[in-house]
Amino acid sequence: MKRWLLWLGVLLVLAGLEASLRGLIGPYAYQITVLVGVNIILAVSLNLINGFTGQFSIGHAGFYAVGAYTSAALVKFGGPAIRGLVGFLPAIGQDAVLLLAGLAAAAIVAGIAGLAVGIPSLRLRGDYLAIVTLGFGEIIRVVILNVDSIGGARGFSGIEQLSNFFWVYFFVLVTIVVIHNIVHSSYGRAFVSIRDDEIAAEAMGVDTTRFKVLSFVISSMFAGIAGGLFGHFTMYLHPNSFTFVASFNVIIMIVIGGLGSIEGAVVGATVFTVALELLRKLGPFRLVSFAVLLVLIMIYRPQGLLGSWTLFKGRRKAAPKAMVV
Amino acid sequence: MGLLEVRDCTIRFGGLTAVKSLSMSLEKGALYGLIGPNGAGKTTVFNLLTGVYHPNEGSIELDGKSLNKLKPSRIARLGMSRTFQNIRLFQSMTVLENVKLARHGARKQNVWDATLHNRKQRDEEAQIERDAMELLEIFNLEGRADEIAINLPYGSQRRLEIARALATDPRILLLDEPAAGMNPQESLDLMHLIRRVRDRFDLTVLLVEHNMRVVMGVCERIQVIDYGETIALGSPREIQDNPKVIEAYLGGA
Repeated sequence: MKRWLLWLGVLLVLAGLEASLRGLIGPYAYQITVLVGVNIILAVSLNLINGFTGQFSIGHAGFYAVGAYTSAALVKFGGPAIRGLVGFLPAIGQDAVLLLAGLAAAAIVAGIAGLAVGIPSLRLRGDYLAIVTLGFGEIIRVVILNVDSIGGARGFSGIEQLSNFFWVYFFVLVTIVVIHNIVHSSYGRAFVSIRDDEIAAEAMGVDTTRFKVLSFVISSMFAGIAGGLFGHFTMYLHPNSFTFVASFNVIIMIVIGGLGSIEGAVVGATVFTVALELLRKLGPFRLVSFAVLLVLIMIYRPQGLLGSWTLFKGRRKAAPKAMVV
Repeated sequence: MGLLEVRDCTIRFGGLTAVKSLSMSLEKGALYGLIGPNGAGKTTVFNLLTGVYHPNEGSIELDGKSLNKLKPSRIARLGMSRTFQNIRLFQSMTVLENVKLARHGARKQNVWDATLHNRKQRDEEAQIERDAMELLEIFNLEGRADEIAINLPYGSQRRLEIARALATDPRILLLDEPAAGMNPQESLDLMHLIRRVRDRFDLTVLLVEHNMRVVMGVCERIQVIDYGETIALGSPREIQDNPKVIEAYLGGA
């Protein structure tokens, strides 16, 4: 019972912030805050596969794109029908149902994509897996470029704005709680055992292929949700937002935050997004100084800003050295 | 028929026949030793039994069930657990977590239970923790439960590997050179420990070991292999006097 009360309180706080935040900090900072939230979901989910399970995936933007386009397409083409079904609700309730339907579809389709990529490719290790996931991300992008009904190379415009601060941060919390719970269960131990020593994990009864695929699917589903939230916030999607650079950005977030730490992924995503915005003042030197900043972080905090520090338990879950890029 | 039956197993790596037509039969409750000079194929036999390799010919059966094409994780869940010659503890986990991980095969929680962190999942986690602590107590490691496993002294790491293997509820425990790197006193303690563990957990133990004192002191039946072939089989006394064994170890005249 208590947990329901806690969630209710959280929803009220989020609703209050949604109502007041734009006025308090202005539309620009509001937009950046929402993007920070989307990036937190991406980073925390990628951390499950790269940080905890120790598989090097660089195709996260692919699942992000699958989710973004799935949700946007469902709402665009199925929106009127869904609104008709729930016509008895007030407009805000209809919006919520529509968004949740879109996000559910995004999670399911991205999860299926994760399964389809994971089953054949997670038998590969290290560099080989990285190449396959990189290829997958590019395939998704090229497919989208060539499907005219979702905008193709012109981009997908006219997406309904359904997501906002409230929804993004609600899903940030859901993502963190779910990944935290999974990591602190028999499943989480199995993931970490695969990262530490696959042969020993198998010998202790962990079906390593199955669990790698499982962590890949869970990770992809949350990337899909992040995509849906992003599309319904910006109202426009373009394949160029989902190049392999986008995948690398998420990897940078979890590496500067600290691989294998949920809090690290949150901090990494926040620092990454905010720093890129603050550096805009430097004009042409923006990306150069950003690169310098990353290099400095890696020199002085090679284990990431938070390392493997964790808020919840005194136990440390250090990523093995080889994983720190 | 024994609990573990190996019949005419052969495995080749390219032109090299690592194990040739090997047969082996372990009765329930046996303390069985597998010895042989360096490169005789002992660890390969372990890898065959645990599914890391699959035999080219022959069959391996555990309690009548064929293990020939099963994955190592499946074989582990059927009750075959092992330690490693070069210790393979989970390096980022604590001593306790290493043992808890090995309860993986017995878990009843599913992904939903884990996601929701519900009563069923919490109760099971508490039970896993109690089981793991109980095992650590048997191995005198309970005081170091929260230390990172690879920071333990070498002998303790070996004991932790045995504790972790036992946490899978095995029927057969395979020990790959458990006394490697131990001093004489530690080896002596290990001998007592192996006996105690066998009796307490009602196990069948297969031991690969170089340390002859340990093998002769612990095992009730010993099989000697050389170049992947069985050259002798019998009680410790018979093995010690067997001219073929002496020749394999010391070289023929």
